[in-house]
Amino acid sequence: MNIESLIILLYVLVLASYLGFELIAKVPPTLHTPLMSGSNAISGITIVGALLACNELGYTTLSKWLGMLALVLAVINVVGGYAVTDRMLKMFKKK
Amino acid sequence: MILIQVLYLIASVLFIIGIKMMNKTKEARSGNLVSSVGMLIAIIATLLQINIVSITEILACMAIGSAIGLYYAYKVEMTKIPEMVSLFNGFGGIASVAVAASDFWLKTNVNMVQMGIIITISIILSVFIGAITFTGSMVAFLKLNGKITGNPITFKGQHLINLILLLVFIGASVFAVANQLDTSIIIVLTAISLLLGVLTVLPIGGADMPVVISLLNSYSGMAACATGFILNNNVLIVAGSLVGASGIILTQIMCKAMNRSLINVLLGGFGQTITKVEADGPEIIVKEVGVEEAAMLFDGASSVIVVPGYGMAVAQAQHVVRELYELCEKRNIEFKFAIHPVAGRMPGHMNVLLAEANIPYDKLIEMEQINDEFSNTDLVFVVGANDVVNPAAQTNPKSPIYGMPILNASKARTVIVSKRSMGKGYAGVENELFGYPNCLMLFGDAKQTIAKLVMELKEL
Repeated sequence: MNIESLIILLYVLVLASYLGFELIAKVPPTLHTPLMSGSNAISGITIVGALLACNELGYTTLSKWLGMLALVLAVINVVGGYAVTDRMLKMFKKK
Repeated sequence: MILIQVLYLIASVLFIIGIKMMNKTKEARSGNLVSSVGMLIAIIATLLQINIVSITEILACMAIGSAIGLYYAYKVEMTKIPEMVSLFNGFGGIASVAVAASDFWLKTNVNMVQMGIIITISIILSVFIGAITFTGSMVAFLKLNGKITGNPITFKGQHLINLILLLVFIGASVFAVANQLDTSIIIVLTAISLLLGVLTVLPIGGADMPVVISLLNSYSGMAACATGFILNNNVLIVAGSLVGASGIILTQIMCKAMNRSLINVLLGGFGQTITKVEADGPEIIVKEVGVEEAAMLFDGASSVIVVPGYGMAVAQAQHVVRELYELCEKRNIEFKFAIHPVAGRMPGHMNVLLAEANIPYDKLIEMEQINDEFSNTDLVFVVGANDVVNPAAQTNPKSPIYGMPILNASKARTVIVSKRSMGKGYAGVENELFGYPNCLMLFGDAKQTIAKLVMELKEL
């Protein structure tokens, strides 16, 4: 990776973090648990890395095995996280 | 391919919109859906880059993961949500470590390419944050489900050991950056990080878990960010930093609600040393109340505020509380819930439990909004909460919880406290409220006593 692409990634990091702070500070306390499990599901975005790591031919390299391990765990994180968040939010009702 | 990049961009935007929609209770469920569509798009965009021969095992892995995730998500009881969030969080963390290790192995042992400094640092960070997230979350998970004690586990030289481990980690990292990251170094780095995760969460007690879970949540986002730097991929950085920011904000809110600094929470051992000092204070004499009398107090009240705490979750009492609420509503008794920010084991824990019990969320009032109402309230019913209603936080500068914002339950005309026994709260201090003239203790398992209370009230 060259320094130019690093700078671009850092820009993205700074701006997205700032945006995150702005958006999440407004979430009402009632929703803090769903927010946390929902954002937990988002952190499963590592799934992208896991998929790429699986993209190795043959089963011989350690890379592929690690990728598959990462994939299973990331999928649990993503699918379970979104499902349980939905289950929780479904229960929030106004009178 | 431009299409893939565009799809990643769309996914990032959907994550942002999804989080934004979490700001409103009405839109939150759709927001979660939007965010999950974003994830789906990111997955599809990635699958487009995958060689077709790998697709079978990839789909197999995804099927296994989905099945486990869905099974757990639909099976878990709402009282156990903090445990589940910790567990999933840990999985996210170890996935980042595995991705980083996989990329490292591919570059050094398969493709034999030189890794630049940027990639090396990114891999080290991903391993460090991911591994701490993993073992830290696992310890939190075990503490929450009682497999290991919820009390702080402390030993001599604990902080020194952590410091030494951290210094060794930094030293090895600097060496790796200056020379070459090789397999033995990365194993050492991973081992140290895993150990640090365990050692940093062990000394933290159960009631400080809201802070720990929030912080670990933030770490899992940061780990995803670091992975984004390894792979030069923006969607990981956007999603990771949103999660990182979310975790940090929740951590701050939790610390503020306990009037403690993050450092103080992380150093752990809270409530252990202070107990001895406090034990010398005057003994608190409490007045007991029976179920019949308590029912009569409810019957005579025109306004009731319930203060739920972790004890309500432990006793699974949220459904009988709902019955009590319905009964009072029928009798035109004004009925509200006062929610302290750190009640329970994770931010918003009480809200989820009460929502599960079908209590409308507009009946759940935050501390700042409801604190002035206590003085005009006939009856406060404390269910499984302790430190968050202890007036010592306002009146006794020697108390370890002094300065912590509390619910002014003691200001009500009568306070009934449902409590299993006279045990102390998490902070290990006597609750002065229990000795107040307007306070009555209703001893016994919350679920059983409240069920009896409901029966009595029905007959009145």
